[in-house]
Amino acid sequence: MKYALVFHTTHQTMLAEEALSLNGFFFDTLPLPKDIKAGCTLALSVKEEDVAGIVGLFRNENIVIEGLYAVTEHGWRKEAAEGTAAVPFYLDCNATTPVAPEVVNAMLPFLEDEFGNASSIHSYGRMARSAIDQAREHVAALLGADPSEIVFTGCGSEANNLAVKGMAFARLGARGHVITSAVEHASVLNVCRYLETIGFDVTYLPVDSAGMVDPCAVEKAIRHDTFLISVQWANNEVGTVQPVAAIGEIARDRKILFHSDAVQAAGKAAVDALAVPVDMMTISAHKFNGPKGVGALYVKHPHRLVPLIHGGKHERGMRAGTENVPGIVGIGAAAMLAMERIGEYPERISGLRDLLWREVSAGVSGVALNGHPEERLPNTLNLSFPGIDGESLLINLDLEGIKASTGAACSSGSIAASHVLEAMRVPAERIKGSIRFSLGFGLTEEDVRLVAKTVVEVVRRMKK
Amino acid sequence: MPKHRVAVLMSGGVDSSVAALVLKRQGFDVFGITIKVWQEECEKVQRENCCGPRAVADARRVCEVLDIPFYLLNYSREFKEDVIDYFCAEYRRGRTPNPCIVCNQKLKFGRLLARARELGAAKIASGHYASIEERYDGGVSKFSLRKGKDAKKDQSYFLFELAQDQLCDILFPVGGMDKAAVRGLAAGAGLPVHDKPDSVEICFIPGDDYKAFLSAQGIAMPSGKIVDTSGKVVGRHNGIHLYTVGQRKGIGVAAKKPYYVVRIDPRENTVVVGGNDDLLVKEFVVEMPHWIACGGPQTSLCVDAKIRYNAPAVPAVVHPAGKAKVRVVFEEPQRAVTPGQAAVFYQGEFVLGGGWIA
Repeated sequence: MKYALVFHTTHQTMLAEEALSLNGFFFDTLPLPKDIKAGCTLALSVKEEDVAGIVGLFRNENIVIEGLYAVTEHGWRKEAAEGTAAVPFYLDCNATTPVAPEVVNAMLPFLEDEFGNASSIHSYGRMARSAIDQAREHVAALLGADPSEIVFTGCGSEANNLAVKGMAFARLGARGHVITSAVEHASVLNVCRYLETIGFDVTYLPVDSAGMVDPCAVEKAIRHDTFLISVQWANNEVGTVQPVAAIGEIARDRKILFHSDAVQAAGKAAVDALAVPVDMMTISAHKFNGPKGVGALYVKHPHRLVPLIHGGKHERGMRAGTENVPGIVGIGAAAMLAMERIGEYPERISGLRDLLWREVSAGVSGVALNGHPEERLPNTLNLSFPGIDGESLLINLDLEGIKASTGAACSSGSIAASHVLEAMRVPAERIKGSIRFSLGFGLTEEDVRLVAKTVVEVVRRMKK
Repeated sequence: MPKHRVAVLMSGGVDSSVAALVLKRQGFDVFGITIKVWQEECEKVQRENCCGPRAVADARRVCEVLDIPFYLLNYSREFKEDVIDYFCAEYRRGRTPNPCIVCNQKLKFGRLLARARELGAAKIASGHYASIEERYDGGVSKFSLRKGKDAKKDQSYFLFELAQDQLCDILFPVGGMDKAAVRGLAAGAGLPVHDKPDSVEICFIPGDDYKAFLSAQGIAMPSGKIVDTSGKVVGRHNGIHLYTVGQRKGIGVAAKKPYYVVRIDPRENTVVVGGNDDLLVKEFVVEMPHWIACGGPQTSLCVDAKIRYNAPAVPAVVHPAGKAKVRVVFEEPQRAVTPGQAAVFYQGEFVLGGGWIA
């Protein structure tokens, strides 16, 4: 049988080729099958009897093998490469997810031949328009909405801005009051802080130690001039799922608009405007195996919104600018895929997550779970390790090939204390030692066991 | 766990980049660390500085080319506590600080060495021009510090406070090379920083204007008298923090012969000026002496003493002078022995130790 070696970068592949030639190993290059993701699209095929020797050679030469596959007639089967350097395990799906091959395939024609502007009359334009329409239907289906209620945006942050600012700008004369929570994403929190600077009032609701907003507190915060309640569907850092149905009912009864940032929930839990009384809802493609650079706002009454970007009549005047056709096709394909998988997602992913929790908590004493024990996204595990620096743990894990996060990914690359954990009144020491694992498709039980084993080893070493 | 992991302190300059390159070629499991030292609000001001955002981008790019992990760590609070606060306090006391020595000792080979160990690194490396030599002395490993091979670039002066438990875990991969060879290696490996100019300033002082920096830090000192060596008042100063021993320019006193700052007296709040000859000093006291591989002198020790980075090491004898002090006597008087600077003692290529000029 033949084996294929896959590398993280083209540079590593080239180093590997050089080392193999210099040491007289026979090898050939193979294109990577579509279902296998790696940094380099070429793999090196080698003889079975040479594998052990090559693994040893690469270890000495410091060449990192990303994956070892047995090449069979049914496709490539992943093998555990004994003694190879780290395989990159990705447990940072709340930051972003890999783009699904189905999504890439759906997008490709619109990056190549189908370059039309959806506003054009001719056949190219019609093709683009029809692709956008279809994507809008898929996204609407995911959200239990009508296609006319979907506005495509450039990202989740833009959709959140459009929802909150858009409704506020519609009442610039009267101003008024907004209710939100202390654990929102920055693209809601900082919009609210901005609204305060131009004369609006905002109530930032506290959360309990599990990160949850109390619907009674929402009710109590309502004033005569409250026009908007914005509470996220689920939290990005700890995964706590908010009581959106209860909050939505309160909002509906009091005739107040309810917006929910569902960026973290879409694809991981049912986000259904038919089941939950919600007036606006934000999603972002790259959080559910779609591309970056495209998000969507579900909005029940688009005519009440003031757009952020004025211009042409794109998105029915709600978001001017020539449509990002490949991106919109991508979010549509990702929405379709998410709907197909939503049945199996919770059980499968929470099974892996709970396995990780069991193995890690068995191996390290005193590790604490941040977030709600039950009402939590199936993929999110935020842990605090006593006496450990979370950032150092994160780097240690990266050096072992395991990708996790210390809460929200920060654009500057350095880390500030989490506003979410602070709002949950997690003690400073525990915040410092916190790390977030957010799982997704593509991980196996074996992977998770290996991750747990590595986490335990690294934490024990750090404690010495 | 990995045995040969090395953390390289990357400044974005050519020296630390080549340090990483060399270690990687030697087969170490290398990763790069750059520390963010600037406070958020100075982000724009310091763009072109050695430790500014530009430097971070360069370090990141080099690590990308070398295909090694890169981490930016925020040490702005620690940098302020360890380095900037010390820097300001010394000027307030009428002394001339040396922040690079303090940064090396407390931050780079203090906090960051501990951090590197926490990250599983067996060693920490930097692009300093100095060498560490391990010798077995009665079955015990002893480390000594040597000058860098390139005499013009030697940075051992800035490293005299290193102790045995630091030296054992430090690598200076470019210490045995000269600058031209370092640049050649960088160019050969396609490192984008191979022709980046050397940094010569204090990294956190924009435009080398320390007076503007101090005033931006909110430091103002009362004005006072400028007196000559006989005690005669010859002018006024705007705060002793604006003067350095040996300074000639900008004293603001007109005289036939050029005046130099000879001494600063914080208790009297005076700046003492005199002629060039008044700057010559035959002996002085050094505080908090540190010895790298041997104890301090019992009676006397012949050394070559270097009293500032740009001064040559000149013959002197070091005598004990009570608790945590030594007295240094030059063979020939030297000009402008400046309180706050370090006096570093050499024997040949080796750094014996040093201390802070009282």
